[in-house]
Amino acid sequence: MSTSPLAHLAQQVTDLLTSIAALSTLEELRDAEASLTGKRSPLASLQKSLGALEPEARKAAGAELQEARRVVETALDGQRALLARAARQSSLEADRLDLGDVVVGDVRWPLSVGHPGLISLTQRELEDVFVGMGFTVADGPEVESDWYNFEALNIPPAHPARGLWDSFYVDLGEPETVVLRTHTSPTQIHLMERAVADDSLPIHSVMPGRCFRRDTPDASHLYSFHQIEGLVVDRGITFGDLAGVIETFTRAYFGPDISSRLRPGYFPFTEPSAEFEVTCTICRGSGCRTCSSTGWLELGGCGMLDPAVLKAVGVDGEEWSGFAFGFGIDRCALMRHQVSDLRALIENDVRFLGQFS
Amino acid sequence: MKISLNWLREFVELPESAEELRTVLDDLGLVVEGVEHVGQGLEDVVVARVDEIREIEGADRIRLVVVDAGHGPLEIVCGASNFAVGDHVPLAPVGAVLPGGFTISERTVRGVVSHGMLCSPRELEMNDDHQGLMVLDQLIEPRVGEGLVVALKITPDVIFDISVEGNRPDAWCVEGVARDLATRLRRTLRSPTLATTNSMTESASFAGAAIDDPDLCGRLTVSVLREVKVTASPSWVAQRLQSSGMRPISNVVDASNLVMLELGQPTHPYDAAQVAQRTLRARRARPGETLTTLDGVERQLAKSGRGLGDTGEDLVIVDGDDRVLGLAGIMGGASSEISASTTDVLLEAAYFDPMTIARSSKRHALRSEASNRFERGVDPQLALRAVARYVEILRESVPELQWLANPLDVRGTIPTPPSLELRRSDVGRLLGVEIAIDDVLAILGGLGFSVVQKKDYLEVTAPGSRLDVRAGSEGRADVIEEIARLYGYRRLPRHNPAWPELGGLDDRQRLRRHLREVVVDAGALEAWTPSLGSDADFDLLLRDQARVRVTNPLAADESVLRATQITGLVRAWAKNYERGLGDVILVEFGVVFTHPGATSDPRMTKGGVGGKLILALPRENERVTIVLARQDDDASSAVALWSVVARRLGLDDVVVRSVTEAPRGLHPTRAAALVDRTSGALLGHVGEVDAELVDAVTSGSPLRRLGLIDLDFDALADPHQATRAPAAVRVPSRFPSAVLDLAFVTPQRVNAGDLAHTLRQASDLVEEVTLFDVYHGPTLAEGTRSLAFNVRLSSVDRTLNENEVTRCRALLIELAGSLGAVLR
Ligand SMILES: [Zn+2]
Repeated sequence: MSTSPLAHLAQQVTDLLTSIAALSTLEELRDAEASLTGKRSPLASLQKSLGALEPEARKAAGAELQEARRVVETALDGQRALLARAARQSSLEADRLDLGDVVVGDVRWPLSVGHPGLISLTQRELEDVFVGMGFTVADGPEVESDWYNFEALNIPPAHPARGLWDSFYVDLGEPETVVLRTHTSPTQIHLMERAVADDSLPIHSVMPGRCFRRDTPDASHLYSFHQIEGLVVDRGITFGDLAGVIETFTRAYFGPDISSRLRPGYFPFTEPSAEFEVTCTICRGSGCRTCSSTGWLELGGCGMLDPAVLKAVGVDGEEWSGFAFGFGIDRCALMRHQVSDLRALIENDVRFLGQFS
Repeated sequence: MKISLNWLREFVELPESAEELRTVLDDLGLVVEGVEHVGQGLEDVVVARVDEIREIEGADRIRLVVVDAGHGPLEIVCGASNFAVGDHVPLAPVGAVLPGGFTISERTVRGVVSHGMLCSPRELEMNDDHQGLMVLDQLIEPRVGEGLVVALKITPDVIFDISVEGNRPDAWCVEGVARDLATRLRRTLRSPTLATTNSMTESASFAGAAIDDPDLCGRLTVSVLREVKVTASPSWVAQRLQSSGMRPISNVVDASNLVMLELGQPTHPYDAAQVAQRTLRARRARPGETLTTLDGVERQLAKSGRGLGDTGEDLVIVDGDDRVLGLAGIMGGASSEISASTTDVLLEAAYFDPMTIARSSKRHALRSEASNRFERGVDPQLALRAVARYVEILRESVPELQWLANPLDVRGTIPTPPSLELRRSDVGRLLGVEIAIDDVLAILGGLGFSVVQKKDYLEVTAPGSRLDVRAGSEGRADVIEEIARLYGYRRLPRHNPAWPELGGLDDRQRLRRHLREVVVDAGALEAWTPSLGSDADFDLLLRDQARVRVTNPLAADESVLRATQITGLVRAWAKNYERGLGDVILVEFGVVFTHPGATSDPRMTKGGVGGKLILALPRENERVTIVLARQDDDASSAVALWSVVARRLGLDDVVVRSVTEAPRGLHPTRAAALVDRTSGALLGHVGEVDAELVDAVTSGSPLRRLGLIDLDFDALADPHQATRAPAAVRVPSRFPSAVLDLAFVTPQRVNAGDLAHTLRQASDLVEEVTLFDVYHGPTLAEGTRSLAFNVRLSSVDRTLNENEVTRCRALLIELAGSLGAVLR
């Protein structure tokens, strides 16, 4: 009976493991790989010698060799990870820089021209118009509870009107109690609650911000977008005041030859509600494809605060009345700069970003 | 909703011009989204009989069809295959002009001459069907050679596509739209012809009706119709349905649809022979029950849904054996469907609770024309009037029809229309203008409101069709909206309100603008990267941290709210780099989110039904993140940019302090915290982007260092955290300054900024201390480096003498010594 070719396998594996442990750099490891597990390794020669065995014995020896190879390869992988960590550590150490020691005057600072983003630029212009009209500006959170985003705005749970806002729900609390705000209107509720709590009515505020709707992205929809919302709560505020504010804003922002008009609409949080349209900025009212030959473009929604909303926030509707309006900042930006595809806004192509002054 | 002008004209006298009418509709809030002209351009199309169909050699999609339109055989090449020899189809002969202006000419296809075109409904702009030719035998008894307009009895019409708002349950039908128009135009609203029962047999002797759950089903009427023959509808009925985008099926079903379109009441015809004991009963579905609806889907009933406030309730109609026949108000089942052999019909006309229908329809993702109307609120009083109209229409095709006496009419809970006290001042107070009482009365009367004039007010009661009108002050607003709407929003005068309070930005908003300007002035482009990202991206920096997840993302890689802007911004840079446009500074102003479970400071707010729960929401942190990616930019450039920002923001004393544990995303050995020395607050970090991150988000990592500044804007905007320089400034001395250069061998652990700060405290004479050189070298002790400062001394009232300078120098050296720094 001849000796099995694997008689010394255990010793050979031990030797290989010892060599692996002795590897001290990634380069060494790369160079040694062929002789440890590759073609020039003892395991490879053993593999060849198996050919001489009887099928039964070959199978058993093959399995044994396979296991040995696994052990060696695992050790090699482990060593590789160890050395990579060490290499990163030492390169990080070599790279170490105490930033407190930076001599600012020595830093080379090539001239580069920056630009604000289209949205923030537009938002600033819009805010400035409203500030000039006597409005303050209020910010609000982007994640809201259903109470602020819906219920306080007269959209009770399971109400079909919730379907108007395709919401992203957040995996917190009871199902559908936390949403990415679908509009800036919840900020109205925060403002009114706060004003009631610290007895600081009236309110004249605009609320810009990012909102989210579950819209599949295309040329005219992104899942996140920006709105600006206006809220006035004061004594003796009427629908006529709302129409006047919309008109003043329209002329101030779009120019003196652009005017506004209201037509009946529906929003659960306002009553009466209206959609507001402005003279088509492309054809200046004479009719074109953009405005479907009507001469008007729909910009946003508005209305008198619904008594149910005032009740929800504890504002006395006998003493106070008010209105709200809202529209898309992105839409204004697109209209002004004639951007035909909203997606350009999130692609961050520097050739696009570099055009806004 | 598609609505026919001819149909509207039956209810009210209208202006000739469709354009004029469109304007009126728009102004009433019934916004016209499209206008379609029907039956125009069909003058040249005639009825032709198919006499022969031949294959064309070498063509498998088209065939040669020989037709006769009264002038002998005509060979036409045709691609459709839904017809056979003997069928009648519309032919547009050579020279005909089709709707849309398309002129038919002779053409040769595969060597065969085609003498005209056989048309599909879409080619005739009659409906969207383009599956095949319009086979006329299914619609009429065609006569060869007859003009199609005459054959189909087509009357030219205009179809308005109207968008109906959620608070207009009444406007989901022709009569409702006509009522608005009649009121606005001050015309009379005509009522359609109605049938009356024509049998002495009592309905109750034949059929039964019951309501088990009166809260879900407010009214259930069951009418018995006998001696029914199921045939095709009269062509005017078919046309009306088609004009509204519905497909004619049979006279029994079509009449039901027609009445729904016309009056807004959905009805449901059952084959009485398939209904056990000919009894209809409305009840809650029980858990475990199922129903196979007409669309062939098996539905699990009474299974509670996920949505907030969804109780899982379904209302079903069952028969006398308690077998479920249909999902009430939404869709019927197949078992009791009208078939060709139906002779007795049970016609259900009901009022169902709108919220129940809305929830069921949403839960089962099943919307129908009926559910659309029921969930908005069908007039509870309308049922039997609608049945009378149904019978009137069906009788045209079934003259022998019997409508049994006293239809069954079972009542559950029906909402009562609120009565409102409307003071005259209410209208003016809300609208800003008084509207004449005659106008108010005409408007409300026209809309079907009942109005009683009292001494100080009007007592107004809404009609059953206006379930949207609420009680109390809300209801007053609803009614005033109706007055304003019919009066015309554009007639209401505008007014510019004025108030004494000033407008303006708050400190935080001003700071945000200022910071943006500074960074942009320094050369940054402002980017906007996604708030939602993938788990994989989140894991890149925060593997073990809880994340805020969206339950219904559009895509898996948009399911997690970002906890950092660094990844997104580096990604945005990498895309530009791949275009060869990577030499930029990018900045983003945005919000990042921390899971309430991963922060000691979650945002607590109210939520849930009635706002009764207290919810822990993610902490939102506004950050300003800057990536410096120009050639040769690195951590030093980031520090330099920060120094510009700090100076411009008046952040007098923020120290750039190396950190042992850099936050993920920053280069571990090239990162520093920005610490406000006065408050001790952390304002952000500065350094480089971790090469591992750059590697992970780029394909084939480019070897470029990216400088990084990541600022906590919430901290910057908080005056208790970010200490601003006092408003009072120092006027430079008019006397000459003395300048000292001092180099200290300083232990590495001593921060250069701290040392400079200490030197500044040495004396009132110290005007400025600036680091100008750092030297590491073999001549210095291990763990030290040399920091060279330029110290400028001056006094406001004198020229410093040598003694004073020397003393000051000694003091500076002594103070440096207290930190372990030794003059070199
Ligand atoms: Zn236009």
